[in-house]
Amino acid sequence: MLKDITIGQYFPGDTPIHRMDPRTKILNVIFYIIALFSCGGIVGYALVLAYLIAAVRISRIKLKTILKGVKPLIIIIIFTALLNMFYTPGNELIHFWRLTITDAGLKNAVLMVARIIMLITGTFLLTYTTSPITLTDGLELLLNPLKKLHAPVHELAMMMSIALRFIPTLIEETDKIMSAQKARGADFETGNLIQKAKALIPILVPLFVSAFRRADELATAMECRCYTGGEGRTRLNPLHWQSLDTIGLICGIVLLIGVIVLRQFGL
Amino acid sequence: MNPIIETKELTHIYSRGTPFERVALDSVNFSVNPGEFMGIIGHTGSGKSTLIQHLNGLLKPTGGQVLFDGTDIWSDKHFTRQVRFKVGLVFQYPEYQLFEETVFKDISFGPKNMKLSEEEIRRRVYEAAAFVELPDSVMELSPFELSGGQKRRVAIAGVIAMEPDVLILDEPTAGLDPKGREQILSNIRAYQEARGATVIMVSHSMEEIADSVERLVVIHDAHIAMDGTPREIFAHASELESMGLSVPQVTNVFLRLREMGLDVDTSVYTTEQAKAALLALKGGRPGC
Ligand SMILES: Nc1ncnc2c1ncn2[C@@H]1O[C@H](COP(=O)(O)OP(=O)(O)OP(=O)(O)O)[C@@H](O)[C@H]1O
Ligand SMILES: [Mg+2]
Repeated sequence: MLKDITIGQYFPGDTPIHRMDPRTKILNVIFYIIALFSCGGIVGYALVLAYLIAAVRISRIKLKTILKGVKPLIIIIIFTALLNMFYTPGNELIHFWRLTITDAGLKNAVLMVARIIMLITGTFLLTYTTSPITLTDGLELLLNPLKKLHAPVHELAMMMSIALRFIPTLIEETDKIMSAQKARGADFETGNLIQKAKALIPILVPLFVSAFRRADELATAMECRCYTGGEGRTRLNPLHWQSLDTIGLICGIVLLIGVIVLRQFGL
Repeated sequence: MNPIIETKELTHIYSRGTPFERVALDSVNFSVNPGEFMGIIGHTGSGKSTLIQHLNGLLKPTGGQVLFDGTDIWSDKHFTRQVRFKVGLVFQYPEYQLFEETVFKDISFGPKNMKLSEEEIRRRVYEAAAFVELPDSVMELSPFELSGGQKRRVAIAGVIAMEPDVLILDEPTAGLDPKGREQILSNIRAYQEARGATVIMVSHSMEEIADSVERLVVIHDAHIAMDGTPREIFAHASELESMGLSVPQVTNVFLRLREMGLDVDTSVYTTEQAKAALLALKGGRPGC
């Protein structure tokens, strides 16, 4: 049940997209998102969609996996679609009870849904093809210039990798504690809101205790290995910029420029 | 005698329909008789924990049935909840589930969920604490202040306080020192004798299992591979070895003695039996 959540799940593979430097992928996602929000018309959207489809095909991520990622957000998507459909002024198409669907509303709804799905899919593609550790490494390197401003970039990246590393562990732990308390007759399903909130105490207390214990052990283990922060630290797997990355980056920039040019022509 | 718990073609598949699909139990048929002290052994990942979580309705079978006293425990929601109280399950490292401010409150969590009267809860908590030899002085302490072994016993008392007919323990002695182990094992035996309860114990230690149980079930790769008395099971030393298990050290010694040409009984599995067998070999004369 809890294990079925796919946030930030990584599907290992050996495609050009998997092999790309995380920095390239992060920058590409940023260009992609800017492009998506700069679209001026259908042609613009089609271009971004084509880019996305090409990326998905190259990465060999299954369509089913992608749909599964979109599924949890289906309510938000439907809600957005309905709001856009009924509340956009324009030429009336259908009218019943107090609701009016206009042509502009319909168009808005479709574009909005397309935009949300493309946004989610594009960002998920990043986490599907990049392991969390490489992702934080990439982020740390990209943010490196901020170190000049004394921003704790390395520390933030380290915190992020640790947090990502422990998500599955904590989920597993929660599952275990829930089972153990159920075996003692705990009931999480029935009762009103207050009773349900109270029923969480037997889960949350042991969970926090164990999270603190783990944090303590991890800190000790890190100190035992002489961890002192980012200063002078080298990497086990240094990131290398390849020609593949140059190509990827150029593709992203071309997409962004293309969309902006199309926008000038109102397409 | 009718079995108190019985499984019929019990099958469990984790994460069905995903790339992470895994068959943890495959058509398992087994039964437990009332009052029995049963042991379950098996290699890591063989499906022991999965099996016992079915016996009190924590996991729902993906195929087959689990019967309690002849009734399918999933036949109605009320009954499933009743079974949770009748079949007490102590998880691996149960001390990590403690959460209350005091030991007393923690042990009373189960009885409270059974909606018992204040008095009855009190009686059960103190009785459960007595079974696991917790002194009254710790009852008002925070469970987090106790030693590892004491925490473990508080957690076990938390299940015993529900006075289950069947007590199931998943590796109750893992990570304890020999003294702590012996104490917990004797606590469990005390509960079984006093209540006439059925006990099922999962363990990795052959010595521990050999010393305690009357019947032994071996799980291998989601199947039940052997089922019988410890004597019967430990007679199959080579088969056990092929499943990544071993026989008690004493049995190993006797197997070696047999190899070296001594005519000894190799179905020995406790030190007591070993002593008797060696004395018999010497012609019943004690001393060296
Ligand atoms: N929640 C779960 N989701 C997916 N697979 C699981 C889950 N729990 C257990 N498994 C898998 O099912 C198999 C049986 O696990 P189980 O915990 O029953 O083994 P076990 O015999 O108790 O092992 P151990 O001696 O290590 O406790 C293992 O291969 C395990 O990876
Ligand atoms: Mg287990």
